[in-house]
Amino acid sequence: MAARVTSRSVPGGLAVAASEPRSSLWRETGRRFVRHRLAVVGSVVLLAMVIAVLVGPLVWRQPINEIDFKAKLKGPTWSHPLGTDDLGQDILARMLYGGRISLAVGIVAMLIAISIGTAIGATSGYVGGTLDHTLMRLTDMFLSLPGLPLLLLIVYLFRDALRKALGPEVGVFILIVAVIGGLRWMPVARLVRAQFLSLREKEFVESARSLGAPPLRQVVRHILPNSMGPVIVAGTIDVAAAIIAESTLSFLGLGFPPDIPTWGRILYDAKDNLDFAPHWAIFPGTAIFLAVLSINYIGDGLRDALDPRKVLGK
Amino acid sequence: MSKYLLRRTLISIPVLIGISAVLFTILALAPGDPFEELATNPNVPAEVRMNLRAKFGLDDPLPLRYARWVVSMMRGDWGFSFVSRVNVDTLILQRLPATLIVLGSAQLLAVLIAIPIGTYSALRPYSFFDQAATTLAFIGFSLPTFFTGLLFILLFSIHLDWLPFIYRADISATGWRWYWEHVRQAIMPVAVLGLFQAASMTRFMRAAVLDVIRLEYVNTARAKGLSEGVTLVKHVVRNALIPVVTLVALQIPTIFGGAIVTEQIFRVPGIGSLLIASILANDTPVVMAVTFIFSCLVVASNLAADLLYGWLDPRISYR
Repeated sequence: MAARVTSRSVPGGLAVAASEPRSSLWRETGRRFVRHRLAVVGSVVLLAMVIAVLVGPLVWRQPINEIDFKAKLKGPTWSHPLGTDDLGQDILARMLYGGRISLAVGIVAMLIAISIGTAIGATSGYVGGTLDHTLMRLTDMFLSLPGLPLLLLIVYLFRDALRKALGPEVGVFILIVAVIGGLRWMPVARLVRAQFLSLREKEFVESARSLGAPPLRQVVRHILPNSMGPVIVAGTIDVAAAIIAESTLSFLGLGFPPDIPTWGRILYDAKDNLDFAPHWAIFPGTAIFLAVLSINYIGDGLRDALDPRKVLGK
Repeated sequence: MSKYLLRRTLISIPVLIGISAVLFTILALAPGDPFEELATNPNVPAEVRMNLRAKFGLDDPLPLRYARWVVSMMRGDWGFSFVSRVNVDTLILQRLPATLIVLGSAQLLAVLIAIPIGTYSALRPYSFFDQAATTLAFIGFSLPTFFTGLLFILLFSIHLDWLPFIYRADISATGWRWYWEHVRQAIMPVAVLGLFQAASMTRFMRAAVLDVIRLEYVNTARAKGLSEGVTLVKHVVRNALIPVVTLVALQIPTIFGGAIVTEQIFRVPGIGSLLIASILANDTPVVMAVTFIFSCLVVASNLAADLLYGWLDPRISYR
């Protein structure tokens, strides 16, 4: 951090910093992120997985549901690199296809959680008073809801109706994503509220206010961008949590139907054949583990990179 | 202290009311009708169906139905299981001990692992031990419980053939052998849950000890001649535990989620596997009751965390 220290103490350095007003903050963040070696490794692994599930099905053209009893429960071979399941279906093809959904559930559920959390936290922190109190009690109550049992209950009660209304894939996807996101916004709401409480009294917000900026503009242009650091970190971790939540649901047999082989769903089908076809469970399990581990390391790296207290540290 | 206890207990009542309202609303909003079968059965005349609906109050306004549901829940009338024709409360009481034993032992295991390792890591930050512990912790909480469970079964039951992978409530052996069998079959579920919990707890503990260890009062304790061990246990660890309790309390719902999964994998006859079985069998009264019991357990654990707080930091209970 030597360069940063001199640019602060020497007036010339300040001029340099001012000449590249927007990019320097992000470049600085990027530089700190790159120093977290495992976070970089995690990003590479995750990127590889994303590319694999996006491009993979186009390259690896085995059908995901071609039944071939001659080749059932085979371990890895050249024609089936990750082996086959009890119907002789190619596990690699299924994992590449299902991985799209596993990862998409994680990202969309995170976006839902962050949107609800930011909206509630921002309202709570900016408006204050009784509304703040009520919203925070609501947050506390949601925090003591038992996540997985409730998730199971809602999926159980609403699955058939949504499936009928929107078709099996879209219906189950929307339901799972909405419920996972709807049960994970509370930490974000608390973080955003805390940021708003301190930021709304800061000079730059006050100056915006005195220049006549309406509340919405103060929030959107001034407070919100400055409170995004912890939200980005929480959001990253939320992707991992949502992937685990979806896999758990599918693993319990209450997530996606068998024709949508998400990684959790493949594990569910594999778990009763552990003794003679362990590869069937190990590959999708490892995929979930690697995705979650990479995302957690990325979150850790982002936390270090976005924490303003660390600017002069190390 | 008793006043503090009373206050905390009273606070959890509105939380429980809120949770029960959420559960009831979900149930009421859900499509599907308990009398659907009657509606499609041509032998049942419409008037009979109407009378039944009126008798069970299905067409009453929602708040009234909620009030009636709460009253009957409080009177211990939880209905009966559609599938096994047993009262829901007896069914749950049969299953609850297994869940509590597994969860409790897992929690104990987590504490026994996390507190020493987290503290030792923080005493030597960035040492080899710390790096290894941090990496293991990251791996530990990134491994979902259902995958660890399967890996454990693969390694210890199938490959090495050391441990049984099906949990049995009816073990016929007697005396020491009975205890031994029970311990043996509980090892894997407890280890899966406990290690998962220990992983994140170790990280909390390390961070908390790092925050505390540089504070003045630790120097004071050393300066007045206390031994390193006493300083560590009574001054450092005790104070470091306060934020750890908060973080662990926030994780309680996740822990119960993990419990459901482990019960399902190892076929532990607890309320988690009961929940899954009832969901698959469309047994609504049991599903509702078990979900509510899980909520109660979460609230009760939060209460326990509050009490632990009051003990760790006596200032809290006097406020």
